[in-house]
Amino acid sequence: MTGRDVLDALAAICLLLGAVLAVSGALGIVRFPDVLSKLHAATKPQVLGLMLMLAAVGLRIPSWGTISTLVLIAAFQVLTLPVAAHMIGRAAYRTRQLKPERLYRDELAEVVERASDDQAS
Amino acid sequence: MSARPPRPHVALRHQAPLLVWLVLVWVFLWETLSLGNIIAGSVLALVVTRVFYLPPVELSGRFNIYWAGVFLVHFVTDLFRSSWQVAKQAFTPGVPRNAVIALDLRTSSDLIMTMTGHALTLIPGSLIVEVDRANTTLYVHVLDVDSDEDLESARHRIYQDEERLIRTIGTREEGARLDARKEPR
Repeated sequence: MTGRDVLDALAAICLLLGAVLAVSGALGIVRFPDVLSKLHAATKPQVLGLMLMLAAVGLRIPSWGTISTLVLIAAFQVLTLPVAAHMIGRAAYRTRQLKPERLYRDELAEVVERASDDQAS
Repeated sequence: MSARPPRPHVALRHQAPLLVWLVLVWVFLWETLSLGNIIAGSVLALVVTRVFYLPPVELSGRFNIYWAGVFLVHFVTDLFRSSWQVAKQAFTPGVPRNAVIALDLRTSSDLIMTMTGHALTLIPGSLIVEVDRANTTLYVHVLDVDSDEDLESARHRIYQDEERLIRTIGTREEGARLDARKEPR
């Protein structure tokens, strides 16, 4: 077994793991009951899955040009994804897309209620 | 449109890390490290930060490498843990119960607030729903909560993340305040 083979094997493992995570993310989006829960599936396994895929590409094509591009993709993914998730989550909450009976506790609702009470009085 | 408020002056020293980051992006996009690229990148970075009017990012001018390392290690392990947790959740039958909790952050820095928000979206089972900037409070959606202990552990984890960030890039005063008041509330 040469060093090349080891790298190939590692790349294959990364690809497989990344694919499994992407599938679980997709499954979560289908299965979770409301928008906010679905967003969890869309953010976490997806990011790590993508990173593992990028790592696989980096292991397979180890040149500076490729790796620098991969680093940029990973960095922007980490920077933009939470923002996108936050915006969708916020819109979902404000349009009441979540089921109160699914919530163990909702401290934001308490604040909103208090604020509207203050306005009424 | 009404007149814009005068732009607060930010010392170049405090902006330097952002400029370096922009130049780095430019060089990475071109995939070659050459003098021409660096010069073009620097000019573009300056133009971009001058032309696009955004609230200036206020860096404290401090950066603690040790705490940055601690934060990074926790962040990466959390990333693996949370992906595993959510992936497992996706495959287990039944629907999880959730919660929305309020987190009164101890920092007053916009940047640390943003970074805490980013970090907590990528760590186990939490997601920002709403931000109250004036009171530096984050409202966070937590996946799979069925008891007060679950809630408290989620709360504790996010506060810890915030603490690591404050110790990495926060001001000295904020760090001192952390030492004085270990647990909020």
